[in-house]
Amino acid sequence: MPTPEIDPITLAVLAGRMEQIADEMDATLFRSAFNPIIAEAHDASHGIYHASTGDTLVQGKSGLPIFVGVMSFAVKAVIDKFGDSAEDGDIFIFNDAHLGGTHLNDMRVIRPYYHEGKLFCWLASVGHWHDLGGGAPGNYNPAAKDAFQEAFVLPPVRLARRGEINQDVIDILMRNTRLPQSAEGDLNGQLGALDLGVKRMGELLGEYGGGTVAAALAALSDRAETLMRAELATLPDGRWEAEDFLDNDGITDTALRIKVALEIRGEEMVLDFAGTAPRCQGPVNIALPTAVATAYVAIKHIFPDVPANAGVMRPIDVRIPEGSLLAAEFPAPVGGYTETIMRMIDVIFSAAAQAAPDRVVANAYGTINALAIAGRRSNGSPWVMFSFYGGGHGGSPESDGLNHGNAPISTATIPPMEILEAAYPVMFKQWALRPDSAGPGQHRGGLGAVYEIEVLEENGAEVFLFGERGRFAPKGVAGGGEAALNRFEYETAEGWASPPLASKMRGIQLAQGQSVRLETPGGGGYGAPEERAPEKVAGDVAKGFLSEAEADRIYGTKWKEVRA
Amino acid sequence: MTDRSQVIGVDVGGTFTDVFVVDEAAGTARVAKVPTTRPDQSGGFLDGIGRQVSDLSTVQAVIHGTTAGTNALLERKGARIGVITTEGLRDVLEMRRRDRPRTWGLRGEFEPVVPRELRLEVPERTLADGTIRTEVDLEAVRAAGRQLIEAGAQAVAVLFANSYANPGNEAKAVAALREFWPNAHVSASSEILPEIREYERFSTTALNAYLQPEVSGYLDRLDSALREGGFASEFLIVQSNGGVMDVDTACRLPVRTALSGPAAGVIAAAHIATEAGFPDIITGDMGGTSFDVSLIAGGQSMLAPETSVDFGMTVRAPMIEITTIGAGGGSIAWVDKGGLLNIGPESAGSTPGPVAYGQGNTRPTVTDANVVLGRIDPENPIGGKLERLDVEAAARAIDAHVGAPLGLPTTEAAEAILTVANSRMAGAIRLVSIERGFDPKRFAFMPFGGGGALHTGAMLADVGIGSAIVPRYPGVTSAMGCVIADMRHDFVQTINATVATLDRAALGRFMQDHADKGRAMLDAAATRFEARELRFELDMAYLGQTHTVPVALDVAVTGGTVIPPTTEEIAEAFETAYRAAYGRTLPGGVQRVMNLRSAVIGKRPKFDLATLAPQGGSVEEARKGTRQVHFGTAWYETTIYDRLALPVGAEIEGPAILEQADTTVLLDPGLRGRVDAYGNTIITRT
Repeated sequence: MPTPEIDPITLAVLAGRMEQIADEMDATLFRSAFNPIIAEAHDASHGIYHASTGDTLVQGKSGLPIFVGVMSFAVKAVIDKFGDSAEDGDIFIFNDAHLGGTHLNDMRVIRPYYHEGKLFCWLASVGHWHDLGGGAPGNYNPAAKDAFQEAFVLPPVRLARRGEINQDVIDILMRNTRLPQSAEGDLNGQLGALDLGVKRMGELLGEYGGGTVAAALAALSDRAETLMRAELATLPDGRWEAEDFLDNDGITDTALRIKVALEIRGEEMVLDFAGTAPRCQGPVNIALPTAVATAYVAIKHIFPDVPANAGVMRPIDVRIPEGSLLAAEFPAPVGGYTETIMRMIDVIFSAAAQAAPDRVVANAYGTINALAIAGRRSNGSPWVMFSFYGGGHGGSPESDGLNHGNAPISTATIPPMEILEAAYPVMFKQWALRPDSAGPGQHRGGLGAVYEIEVLEENGAEVFLFGERGRFAPKGVAGGGEAALNRFEYETAEGWASPPLASKMRGIQLAQGQSVRLETPGGGGYGAPEERAPEKVAGDVAKGFLSEAEADRIYGTKWKEVRA
Repeated sequence: MTDRSQVIGVDVGGTFTDVFVVDEAAGTARVAKVPTTRPDQSGGFLDGIGRQVSDLSTVQAVIHGTTAGTNALLERKGARIGVITTEGLRDVLEMRRRDRPRTWGLRGEFEPVVPRELRLEVPERTLADGTIRTEVDLEAVRAAGRQLIEAGAQAVAVLFANSYANPGNEAKAVAALREFWPNAHVSASSEILPEIREYERFSTTALNAYLQPEVSGYLDRLDSALREGGFASEFLIVQSNGGVMDVDTACRLPVRTALSGPAAGVIAAAHIATEAGFPDIITGDMGGTSFDVSLIAGGQSMLAPETSVDFGMTVRAPMIEITTIGAGGGSIAWVDKGGLLNIGPESAGSTPGPVAYGQGNTRPTVTDANVVLGRIDPENPIGGKLERLDVEAAARAIDAHVGAPLGLPTTEAAEAILTVANSRMAGAIRLVSIERGFDPKRFAFMPFGGGGALHTGAMLADVGIGSAIVPRYPGVTSAMGCVIADMRHDFVQTINATVATLDRAALGRFMQDHADKGRAMLDAAATRFEARELRFELDMAYLGQTHTVPVALDVAVTGGTVIPPTTEEIAEAFETAYRAAYGRTLPGGVQRVMNLRSAVIGKRPKFDLATLAPQGGSVEEARKGTRQVHFGTAWYETTIYDRLALPVGAEIEGPAILEQADTTVLLDPGLRGRVDAYGNTIITRT
């Protein structure tokens, strides 16, 4: 595409204005959504997409990082199916993860935007709905063998034609969720966000004219590409490989390889995942759009200043082998996609660190640890406590890693312990940092956490866990060491036990007074442990972050001669 | 008794200490601006007052907006303190709510203000329903206390799980500690913030303890120095909620001063604008590193429930809602590798400051662009140490860092910097208004701080705002706000019950307790209040939701006794508030009351703003000359006026510049400025 002429000042102003439109769409949904996964955890995203290619032009800053790359696939799916027949006022909706990426909870609502009678761009909204039927409430079903066991699947369909909503589609959706009130609230929020986007685009185009805005959008993508190429040019040419493993797929106890070869040639990069394990039975598969979007998340963590548009990916060739678990076809289950994409990010970091150790951080804790504790109260009412848990971030070239951070693919915070204790019959005996969990290094990883939860309800409870990193620890880079493994234990009449499949298990029965204990990994270390200042080692020992025995084993005894 | 007619407001900012003195008897107002002294700010404080008031015995009140607490937090200069907490929970302060400093990059680490060695655990446990499962082990508490004293802790905070539901264990622990702790700095989380959410409560309590020794020492020094100078009346401190408190309360609750100065500025803005006939305004305070925006609707500022002073430093207390973006006078303009012009977030601050200040910075800032375009008088620099601003150096920096990469000549590059900076500032205004459902076109813009009034025209043009109001003394707005602010005390109590199961009598007891405590605090103050106000609000949501909406209660108080609302009244008030927020309700949804929030307000007498109006004068006398100023695409021979010498009713057509000691008011071509009866400049399109 030739670069249209636009003056640099107008371009800078329009860049800010359009980013604000996307941000404002985010804010509208966060405020009005009924379900806390959107309202609190911001598991949603909005943006502006190219009229004919569906490429991301502008995306909001506050949504979930993984959506930044994945949304354009959803728009493309709508263009492929309806491109020629779309009209002003139409709205499309679907959740099919094999077409739109991520998982079935993510409902995508997509609307063409017309200016002076011509299709100008697409606006899209994606948000994580609380429940869409399937085999497990909330749809995190660790034993799902296909998409049908995960949730209701809606292919791209017309929700509105020329401004008239088709209530039939809404009726079908609301009959296929356990929480229709929540779903309807979320859908209204998404439609409201799109209405706002249409209104704001109208104001902007009225002010600047279609030609100028179109030129700005094209120029922004071109400049993103220029910026990305300039970044890649600073890296040395070469080819570097890294691999890591998923513990298992939740059904069969076989480790699953994730492998990448990262190649830099001048201003271009290839990420080739050849050698990755084939499609598996359980829900740690991902769809192709998810895999490509994940490469973007990793790239943006390494180069945080590149903008959120498709131009960034032009010099990057992401090769996902057919038949691998990174390109699983319908109806393969993909509900546990979070675990797989975090492993993809880990191997990209490990490979990139070999190319440019000063640009990359070590692996973060790398598992979402979806833990559900459920039961019935003495009055018969059901309860489900469902949350994700934190761990350590990797050491960086500048500093130790962050203790107890959120996952690289998310910006969600954890609910307060007191809110959980007030809502469910449980008590946290520990909510603490986990000693000896950090990967050693010149800059060690951040610490993981220990959560020990006792069931107070006299009827007991049933526990489900969907985690990873029970067998393969988060890695260090540039000579840094591995963090501790994820560890999960539950109390039985005979004492503490752990799941046969390491970090995945369903149907654990707890009696009143019994507990589960989740110990999450820290982050990998950065740089050789021998390079760590003895004062820092002594400091970690004094704080209780590191036991004396581990300090001696990893760092030698020099720390004993200094003060923290 | 001496005639105490003078009221003094003092705002200590990062660079300057501003003083505003009103003499109600004489009907005069005076201002002073002196450099802030570091590390002890009391030097500048007393110097500033001394510039305008020689006899402190004639002073009725001194009201202080302070950054002592904020700075101690940002620079980690608080005291060495310890915490005693529930077994298993010593790391809550360090684990935060599992967030990270920035979305992208996964870099950065975090050290809480209390090191892990000084976070000790004791056996005790309260459950969410208030049941005490394990009585607190007081021997363990005493041993922990002694260990902390030995380790040099100057304050101690007791942080127990679920203490909002039953403060019993915390109360016993602090009682045991107070028997031997060497100073007054012993606090329990349920005393500071009896609200559910352990991290927020623990953090607020720990940061409060961290500030107690520092801030109370500072305020004591000021208080004694004032008294030695003959001051015999009341010394008040501005809180983040925009209300004042007495010094004793401030020493006990220093964390409530976290946004003291900026809050005072917004309070002044609200009052000035409302008196001038503009009850709906958006304020823009442009400093060296940031542009702070706040919205006032119907004369009322908005309150936010909490803020983070820095990553992992959460303070939960009502505070005036101020949105900050990194676009101040010192923000650096740069062109990225993709060829896009950016402003900030990196800033040259006040040291070294803009290139034109000649203090070593070589990268162009927003102020440099204003200097190069003739908008700031180079002969009268406000900051820096030069006699004359170095316009040529600023131009060279703009050429090198912006002009060359974008292929623009100097003036166009400078205009480009301002265009992008203005569009970011306009974006912040849209954000605070539109995101809350307000149409910014309905509001007036009020710039304050030194630099805001340079950008008024751009805000009018970019956001579509109809008018702007520049207060008489925009550079000392916060000091003026100190004089205007009411006394206000906020209370909170977590209730956590569905409306159907709400214990109305228990709610009534909490309301009564808040009202009584607040009344006692107002009674203890020496200030004469014109009126008192009692406000009650419930945080409510439907069961299952986590975002609550504030529900204002219409509560009857007879003879000091609070009559709690009925559950029907609460349900109705919730539906009204919910519909106003979201446009609909959820029929059949279970309604839940999360928290009770109470505010006790003592209205302090306001001075007559007409005091500020100019006396006499004429437009001709105010004319200082002309200079070349660049607007848009051309240079204009622009008339310069001495702003304070312009008479009431004067009308000036742009292009023009109105100058005063610390502020430049820019009237772009096509704008008109008029001096109103209070000395404000009202700017509209011609």
